[in-house]
Amino acid sequence: MKNNAVISPTSEVTPPLVKMEDIHKSFGGVTALDGVDFEVGNNETVGLIGDNGAGKSTLIKILTGVARQDEGKIFWKGKELLKHNVEKSRNIGIETVYQDRALAEKQSIWKNLFLGREKVYGRTGFLKIAESKKDTIEMLKKMIGFTQKGLTADLSVSGLSGGEKQGIAIARALYFDAELIILDEPTNNLSLSETNKVINFCKGIKEHGKSSIFITHSIYHVYAVADKFIILDRGRVIGTIWKKDIMMDKLIENLEYVAKHGKLIGSYANV
Amino acid sequence: MLDKIKLKITESKLQISIFCVLLLVFLAFTIANPRTFLSYNIYYAFMSIIPFAAILSIALTPIIILGDIDLSFPSVMGFCAWVFSAVFNQSGNIYLALVCSLATGLFIGFINSIFIVRIGIPSLIVTIGMQYLWRGLVMIACGGIGLSLVDTQGSVLYKVFVGRIGDVVPAQAVWAIVIAIIFAVILNWHRFGTHLLSVGDNVVSSRMMGVNVEKVRTIAFMQMGFFAAFAGILATLEVLYFWPSTGEGYLMKSLAAVFIGGTSVFGGTGTIFGTFIGSIIMGSLEAGIVSSGISGFWTKFIFGVVIVLSLTIYALMGKKISFRKKLFGFIKK
Repeated sequence: MKNNAVISPTSEVTPPLVKMEDIHKSFGGVTALDGVDFEVGNNETVGLIGDNGAGKSTLIKILTGVARQDEGKIFWKGKELLKHNVEKSRNIGIETVYQDRALAEKQSIWKNLFLGREKVYGRTGFLKIAESKKDTIEMLKKMIGFTQKGLTADLSVSGLSGGEKQGIAIARALYFDAELIILDEPTNNLSLSETNKVINFCKGIKEHGKSSIFITHSIYHVYAVADKFIILDRGRVIGTIWKKDIMMDKLIENLEYVAKHGKLIGSYANV
Repeated sequence: MLDKIKLKITESKLQISIFCVLLLVFLAFTIANPRTFLSYNIYYAFMSIIPFAAILSIALTPIIILGDIDLSFPSVMGFCAWVFSAVFNQSGNIYLALVCSLATGLFIGFINSIFIVRIGIPSLIVTIGMQYLWRGLVMIACGGIGLSLVDTQGSVLYKVFVGRIGDVVPAQAVWAIVIAIIFAVILNWHRFGTHLLSVGDNVVSSRMMGVNVEKVRTIAFMQMGFFAAFAGILATLEVLYFWPSTGEGYLMKSLAAVFIGGTSVFGGTGTIFGTFIGSIIMGSLEAGIVSSGISGFWTKFIFGVVIVLSLTIYALMGKKISFRKKLFGFIKK
């Protein structure tokens, strides 16, 4: 495990939910990922931290099957994923929540929730509209605690706030029994109260016994929810730090050090 | 409950206003020339002419909803009408002619989709080229000479397609309504309709959610080819003669009908009801203007006014809806 200093050894008997080994990926001549090892345990929230261009989104694209790695292996619950693609990744339970791109804004809430997996009558393809709408409201209220007055499933998504849109995308993932929910910069461009909403939705993921990856460059937001932080820099994992081992100010100090020197502060790097 | 009704009205506001535009247009015509517009004859004439353009507009709506465009359908219509007429004249079998023509339409739609969906050339550019290509092929194929279809007149197919039901209702009007209903049902109650809207709205998100974007777009262009062929067959049967220029003149009117109907050029929204009303407005304007005693020279000007005015109203209304949403705060803690 070169370049990967794990501080707390994982003492799981069951295999981790996701394990990525020695992932390489380059676009043209540019190396985006240079031997990344990455692991998410069961019911674990991982904060994936890194600057722009660190390779966060490339790593996630490979995990979700949008892109294919040049080298390296991906394991899901201990089984290797071969010929990985978007469909397979969704079928095994990986869901991604993208901030801006997640929802079709002019469409109603219920259509968004069931997009691509509509409830239909058998093979005819005709929609079970009433049932879908009923489920939508139940899901939003129970699963992620929407409290809005006058909430109807027919409302178009464009009328919702940024945090609420995230909530809908998260609810969608939970409803379809995702085991691993990937949140790509979920708090970008959100106001404070909206950010709090999103962080609460994220806590809901853990309460439901699911794992998640929280991608961000804002430590403040991820510190509240993550169990461990994986720090990516210029295509390499330069450290995995457990939350119980580090305070927020130390973590920030470390990240600043990483930006300058490309490695963690001595005491964290050598264990 | 009251909230729900209010929301429904807000949602359907566009359709309601399109319908109001239609009523206004006909009211104006009736005031200008009550004798013509209170008799059945003018409506009979509308029902025999408008369906061709209406069918084209309806088939065009899914493509506009996707945020794409098809400018080649008038030429496809002409080419398929030629296939129909030529096969009929050669074989004497009208059913064979029908199948060949519709299959050609589907196939041309598929060719369009290859360039647009697989190769990735913008639909505007591909279909400008295709418009010339297929019109050119019609000219080459028929040598600029029309074909008579008088022999089809006694056939069952003729009666089913363009016959007069009880001597009062042209069959093509019924076809247009049936096709509109089928499209509306698919758009609102079928998975494919949802996929059309979401792909037009946000193609990245749709792809991520597992919608087969390529398939959706391919089907949209193929059905356009199919219904262009169908409209071509109806139009040639109606006049019992194939003109090499069949289809010309439908392009702008059919497009305008879709936009008057409230379908957004940006994709993601649109209704078949709106398109249907839009094509009635577009189809009746010319006859209405002439019979109102205004000089025929005014028709294009008035077309322009109606199109620009209705689109402006929709644009303003769209803003107002979101403004009211903010004002009343449907979603507020």
